[in-house]
Amino acid sequence: MSKFEALTGNAAVSNAMRQINPDVVAAYPITPQTDTVQTFSEFVADGLVDTEFVTVESEHSAMSACVGASAAGARVMTATSANGLALMWEIIYIAASNRCPIVMSLVNRALSAPINIHCDHSDVMGMRDSGWIILMSENGQEAYDNIIQAIRIGEHPDVLLPVAVCQDGFITSHSLERVELFEDGEVQDFVGTHEPQWPLLDVEDPKTYGPLDFYDYYYEHKRQQVEAMEKAHGVIREVTQEFNDRFGREYGLFEAYRMDDAEVAVIAANSTAGTAKTAVDNLRDQGLKAGLLKLRVFRPFPGQELAEALRGVSAVAVMDRAISFGSMDNAGPLFSEVVSALTLNDVHVPIADYVYGLGGRDIRPGEIENVYQEAFQMAENGKVERRVRYLGVRE
Amino acid sequence: MTEMKGWKEIPIGGMILDAGNSEAYNTGDWRAFRPVPGEAECTNCMLCWLNCPDSSILVDAENEEMTGFDLKHCKGCGICAAVCPVNAGVIRRAEGEVEKDDPRLCIRMVEEGKFQEVGNE
Repeated sequence: MSKFEALTGNAAVSNAMRQINPDVVAAYPITPQTDTVQTFSEFVADGLVDTEFVTVESEHSAMSACVGASAAGARVMTATSANGLALMWEIIYIAASNRCPIVMSLVNRALSAPINIHCDHSDVMGMRDSGWIILMSENGQEAYDNIIQAIRIGEHPDVLLPVAVCQDGFITSHSLERVELFEDGEVQDFVGTHEPQWPLLDVEDPKTYGPLDFYDYYYEHKRQQVEAMEKAHGVIREVTQEFNDRFGREYGLFEAYRMDDAEVAVIAANSTAGTAKTAVDNLRDQGLKAGLLKLRVFRPFPGQELAEALRGVSAVAVMDRAISFGSMDNAGPLFSEVVSALTLNDVHVPIADYVYGLGGRDIRPGEIENVYQEAFQMAENGKVERRVRYLGVRE
Repeated sequence: MTEMKGWKEIPIGGMILDAGNSEAYNTGDWRAFRPVPGEAECTNCMLCWLNCPDSSILVDAENEEMTGFDLKHCKGCGICAAVCPVNAGVIRRAEGEVEKDDPRLCIRMVEEGKFQEVGNE
């Protein structure tokens, strides 16, 4: 039997890590991720896991240790946030390129400067081209569920890529919620045993990771990473389906909330999707046909599926918790992806971007209801008044 | 030139699965100077063998003799000639400067371009 506990989002992830019982965890503390690995280190000290916990001197070292351990054949996990992720940068690419299926809990936080410890998505959006699979979570429960699935997705022989599981710093990482923890044995059974294909520790069959790779073969290895991302589409579906069947969930590549007859749609990720659901319900009570698409899989981006889900709506508003400085209209990264997906799939509909919540700025149902009202205006006029808006910024 | 393989035919992530395959890589192609035995007699001190960074000094282990150079892998760095004590003696006894391809040396470093003039060792 599963059990329900009052847990923070971080503690939910710590418990997933305890149940997964990875061979190696290498991590460095950084707010708001810190108590994920702090709680996990208590599990290590209490002998509840067999994990080799590597305390390192920086995040660069943390990810380096993860890559080394993964190449050796270990099942490896870590956690970080914002500037910690930025310090990992070099090794983030190496983890993906060396095809190390490391699973990372990424608790989203604004990047400096000015220094800020609260939530936005500028950290994860920076790693969007690094070759990692990226899953988003609305709350602690989803972070817990996604972490468990991430092990299976990353380690799949057709994939072999690292996976980052995101949740919003403080908003969900430090909020107590009712979280369903599955039985340890059930989780163990679902993730199974890690069976690395080319472990370095197999000394009878020596091999080399990370050699020099010039103009003659580097390009071919990048092409292989494309293939792995393509395959990840199907593998994520398979693993998600198996997880849903086993644990009674309804996950997909994204969640379509009250979208069946929706006239306008908002796209949001992580905790804001939860706030947006309240806004949708309020508007529905007023007879307005509002719907929400909550992104779960950001990499590989489910562009075609997303476009199909939006085919038929009369206006779309994208909510971006990050800015892609210097991009067209200085929009958010999610907006560019969604616009490309819609255009390439011949879904032509007025669409606007709403940058919001930078540095942890609060976002309330009323503000999202205003976004919907503007979307209804776009639908009525058939045109976009202003392409990008910075929601909640003081003029 | 070996045949170039496509992305489906090679191990992922740049992994090298057949250990020891660096032997198949003909680094001798890189060489600008070739080590060539000169007139001074080798004493088989094995300092060249000990110092060669590419394991390109060939020896007859049974008779403890230095027998030549593995020109398929020798990159022509000249460390063998630099550490050779017989070379040192030749240079010390000589009057005036000794070029590195001087025929009086034990290990000469001869420009690859001039190699046809020197002939096979």
